[in-house]
Amino acid sequence: MKKLIGNLIQGLFLISSTVTTLTVLLIVFFLFSEGLSMFKESPLEGENILAVHSNNKVKTVSAEQIKNIFDRKITHWSEIGGSADSIILFTSQDFDTYFNADDLGPKFEHLPRKIDSLINSTPGIIAVFSSRYIPPHFRGKLIEVSNVSLNSFMSGREWFPTAHPAVQLGVLPLILGTLWVSLIAILIALPIGLATSIYMAEVASVRMRNLLKPVIELLAGIPSVVYGFFGLIIIVPMIQDIFNLPVGETALAGSIVLAIMALPTIITVSEDALRNTPRAMKEASLALGANRWQTIRRVVIPYSISGIAAAAILGIGRAIGETCFGHSVRLALS
Amino acid sequence: MIGILFSILGFIIYKGIGVISWEFITEMPKDGMTKGGIYPAIIGTLCLIGGSIIFAFPIGVMSAIYINEYTKHGYFRSFIQLMTSNLAGIPSIVFGLFGMSLFVNQLGFGDSILAGSLTLGLLVLPIVIRTTEEALKAVDDNFRQASLALGATKLQTIQRVTLPIALPNILTGLILSIGRVSGETAPILFTVAAYFLPKLPTSIFDQVMALPYHLYVISTSGTNINDSRAMAYGTALVLILIVLILNLTASAVRRYLSKKNNIN
Repeated sequence: MKKLIGNLIQGLFLISSTVTTLTVLLIVFFLFSEGLSMFKESPLEGENILAVHSNNKVKTVSAEQIKNIFDRKITHWSEIGGSADSIILFTSQDFDTYFNADDLGPKFEHLPRKIDSLINSTPGIIAVFSSRYIPPHFRGKLIEVSNVSLNSFMSGREWFPTAHPAVQLGVLPLILGTLWVSLIAILIALPIGLATSIYMAEVASVRMRNLLKPVIELLAGIPSVVYGFFGLIIIVPMIQDIFNLPVGETALAGSIVLAIMALPTIITVSEDALRNTPRAMKEASLALGANRWQTIRRVVIPYSISGIAAAAILGIGRAIGETCFGHSVRLALS
Repeated sequence: MIGILFSILGFIIYKGIGVISWEFITEMPKDGMTKGGIYPAIIGTLCLIGGSIIFAFPIGVMSAIYINEYTKHGYFRSFIQLMTSNLAGIPSIVFGLFGMSLFVNQLGFGDSILAGSLTLGLLVLPIVIRTTEEALKAVDDNFRQASLALGATKLQTIQRVTLPIALPNILTGLILSIGRVSGETAPILFTVAAYFLPKLPTSIFDQVMALPYHLYVISTSGTNINDSRAMAYGTALVLILIVLILNLTASAVRRYLSKKNNIN
């Protein structure tokens, strides 16, 4: 009986220990399945469809081409492989200009027929309308919007997930923004953090160290949203003043906030690394006549360089993942 | 450098101390969140702390006991440890998305305390596991062997010998993870947090306001940012105070219990 209970509880322990593994696998699974659906869905917004005149040679268009057409950057079908006709736009907002309300009927019941005849009579038209209004004997041609490809996703320069009529999903500016912001943040945080940890590990007295260490550990625990709030209140206006910018919410502001957030982690981890230098090595260096600074530079830092690198990566990695430091970074990314 | 960090603390305390009053802590927000208090946000945060700890603490401790006491050094053990550190490395916003797609959408909990607590619980699970593991590792093997030699079973040894000795450090991990839970914004963004909801939750399927998200809202996208700035300082100070008090309690508990154990 006792053994049975023991085995049962051991089983319970085993199940608990697999929870983390399961979670990681589930997260990966969900991210992939939700992410992949993006590549399967049409970039067209909602239930909209795209229709052209039946003689039009264009069969598919990409999301980027749709955007350029509706921004009037592409004005002729010849630019995307069609005839020489100039492109005429027709969206649901143009219902009023093309038809008057009496023609459509009180419940828009004549709308499909009107759209049909409009498309049939205008060779250069491209029409976006809801699939509810598709006419029964449609004489025009529906064209397909090519799905988002991995290539256009990674290299696209426009990120407008709410654009009309087709969403623009290019993740390149987000990736570049993240890289820039974190690079500048490392450049700011690493020298300051390293200097502080050298001070704490090699220079400061024991009392000073016992005072500073818990304080820095407390600072590591401050919620990121508080750092973000601080950045929004202090750093953003400061940058606006110094550089005379219309808005202060720039990549630099984001980098400074990230650097401040990363500092406590960088200091604690690299200080541990510095203190792991064997005493004998330091004393040997001092015995050879090197002074304290030379010992730190030539012996202590080279010995603990791997720990310092780890500190930088851990600190910035934690900070990059945080999204809630006010608007500063979010704007820098977009 | 320490100066920068201190100035952040000092600045927020200086600006926030004037805002905090009994009314600020016990009243509902009023007038587009420019007046009144943050009572529902405090209660919401407490609910989330409670929910996530009820979920994460037993699983985390049991998991650490299994890893440290039952497995031998080997593939299974290092695999679980690897997965635990992987989970610790996942950015909090990804937890938020995961919580939204699994708990809110797939399991149909909706935006609720339950979904938010489970998401936050998964977020702090690695912290609980790792601190418990360290605590168990620090227990001298002689104690275990002495207990086993007296005829106690493995379970009795864990229950009567290992856990009581490791308890102070386990509690420290618990309190640290509470601090982490109370400060996270991203995971609750999609799973539980309400923009403005001046009433208290009645069940675990209700939405609540929470301190970090409230601060985020009133400092970036409130109805009137300038008027609610004072509220933002006050909220930030309350949030910091909760985290600081929890951290200080953690070190006090650790010191007290380890002293007590040494006397025994």
